[in-house]
Amino acid sequence: MTTKSCSSATASSGWVGEAGAVFWKDLRAELRSRYALNAMAIFAVTTLVVVSFSLGPQALPPPAVAALLWVVLFFAAIASLSRVFLREEEAHTAAALRLAAEPVHVYLGKLLFNLVLLLALDVLLVPLFLALMQARSGNLWLLALVLLLGSVGLAGATTIVAALIAKAAARGALFGGLAFPLLLPLLLAAVSGTRRALEGASCAAAGAELRLLVSFAVVMITASILLFEYVWSE
Amino acid sequence: MPLFWKLLCGVWVAGVIVAAFLGVGPAVGFRAPEAARILFFHVPTAWLAVLGFVLSMLHGIHYLHRRQLEHDRCSAVAAELGFLFCLLATVTGAIFAHVQWGAAWNWDPRETSIVALLLIYGAYFALRSAIDDEERRAALSASYAILAVLPMLFLIFVLPRVVDSLHPSDTVQSGGMSPSYRLVFFAALFGFTLLFVWIYRLRVGVERLALRREG
Amino acid sequence: MLETDAGSGPAGVGEALPPVTLAVHDLAKRYGQRGIFRGVSFTLQPGQSLAITGRNGSGKSTLVRILCGLLRPSAGTVAYHLGERPATPRERRGLIGLVAPDLILYEELSALENLRFFARVRGLQRSAAALEALLAEVGLEGRGADLVGTFSSGMRQRLKYAYALLHRPPVLFLDEPTANLDEAGVAMARACIARQRATGILVIATNDHEELQFGDRILRLGG
Repeated sequence: MTTKSCSSATASSGWVGEAGAVFWKDLRAELRSRYALNAMAIFAVTTLVVVSFSLGPQALPPPAVAALLWVVLFFAAIASLSRVFLREEEAHTAAALRLAAEPVHVYLGKLLFNLVLLLALDVLLVPLFLALMQARSGNLWLLALVLLLGSVGLAGATTIVAALIAKAAARGALFGGLAFPLLLPLLLAAVSGTRRALEGASCAAAGAELRLLVSFAVVMITASILLFEYVWSE
Repeated sequence: MPLFWKLLCGVWVAGVIVAAFLGVGPAVGFRAPEAARILFFHVPTAWLAVLGFVLSMLHGIHYLHRRQLEHDRCSAVAAELGFLFCLLATVTGAIFAHVQWGAAWNWDPRETSIVALLLIYGAYFALRSAIDDEERRAALSASYAILAVLPMLFLIFVLPRVVDSLHPSDTVQSGGMSPSYRLVFFAALFGFTLLFVWIYRLRVGVERLALRREG
Repeated sequence: MLETDAGSGPAGVGEALPPVTLAVHDLAKRYGQRGIFRGVSFTLQPGQSLAITGRNGSGKSTLVRILCGLLRPSAGTVAYHLGERPATPRERRGLIGLVAPDLILYEELSALENLRFFARVRGLQRSAAALEALLAEVGLEGRGADLVGTFSSGMRQRLKYAYALLHRPPVLFLDEPTANLDEAGVAMARACIARQRATGILVIATNDHEELQFGDRILRLGG
């Protein structure tokens, strides 16, 4: 880890530019191939329809709506967020990237890409979901805050797990299995925060959940930055 | 392990078992005072599950530093033992929860944590079996073992403050147990830890021999 | 054509780069029980070149990957030194260029987008004109806007040269340098080889007898 800190000191001129280059590269390739976008959209729409269809016209209480929302978000994330590294391994482009780029910049670029993907999912899915669930709108600011912080943590933890499983066999099943236990605290806090938002609570009332979401994201991303070099160079 | 420690371990654990059933009376303050004796076994297994987990992480860090496969094997052995005791803790916990709180499972923070631990161990072994190359397997599973400790810290230390817990968090520290209970309780902790160390050293010895035979 | 990019100098690691040394000591690789090679040692300095040869499966590509830092050896060390001091990981990335069959560029991006991306992650400033010139150097003039996915295997091989030469690496690894190339492509590769032999370190992995002569020394694996 000492080598990394000294090498990143010499690179301080442009880590934003280099991580940004990885992000733009992924975004451009994704907009052309739509691997992750399609997987995510199909998954989100299907689960949405399945949930809505199986519930029928009845309106659920906020705790159930909050739980269902995060179940759908979690699985949509699992269906699509592993692509960032899987694609590099499957297309055998990882070696070219590894030779050229600083590992931390690769992680940050991919993290940003996954985060943007998740936020796009939030924007598209959540209004639709709440409309179908006939949920009362509650405190929208709190809801947006919980979704934003939850998405940062979700992206932070899943990106490093995606890097971990990219070199393993049976990756699809592994990704969810490895990511879920890591995400448990995040999901508990996010569900609880979403429930409070739907019940119309103030942001202060959800302070404990928000603090947990922030600290979870910070801890997971910091740990990922420290560990990524070992995972990526395998 | 020297013979002395093996003998001590055997006699000690036997003594703890006898004491747990005959040495102390029924516990007051519980819904089923006789059934509360299970705590002498439940708490040590939960502690050993966490010990195995932490040991696995420490060996993981060691491996990433030194790149010696021995540390990887130690990490895996610690995780195996941790998983075993984690299962025992879950089962003993569910039995007691059924008696004490009326339902085997309530998703209180401790129960959530133990399930997270079970899932993490399960994922850890799934990851190991999915990677063929030995060194790659070692590095990636070490990274996961390290990463997995972080959410556990949240579950153990942060979540109980957000959600109410059924578990008594400070009965032990605040002296809520009678002296004889305390004695048997800590004796059980020590005895089972000794047992853990014994099994752990045996398994590590086997792995060392296997490594040496492979070259 | 060769001078077009010379003004930008050796890339990324500063202007006055001390001479690089590649020192390999007692390298071995095995997969499980099966040993691929062992006891590989050599030292290379600018102006020196090494040709690696050996039958299929003798570990030529594996050795090249280990030298580039893409694979970890089972035993032994690979060290890059700048003058007397070891190169940092970042400097090391700036030192190495690789052309290999299993090295693949992004098919969803165009040739120019690929080069621009790799220049940016290396922290290099490369104008569009410089990148066009680089493409012309490897014989891909006018094809920069085409997606790599539409390229023939020979064109992909040419683009790999552009990728490897982007940062003018002092150490160049060529694994099967003329694979899939036509006559003009082979000439391009030979020019690149000659230039690297004159100024830097060159390592070639090949089974072609003509190409073996590009190594001052020849390393035979599995023999």
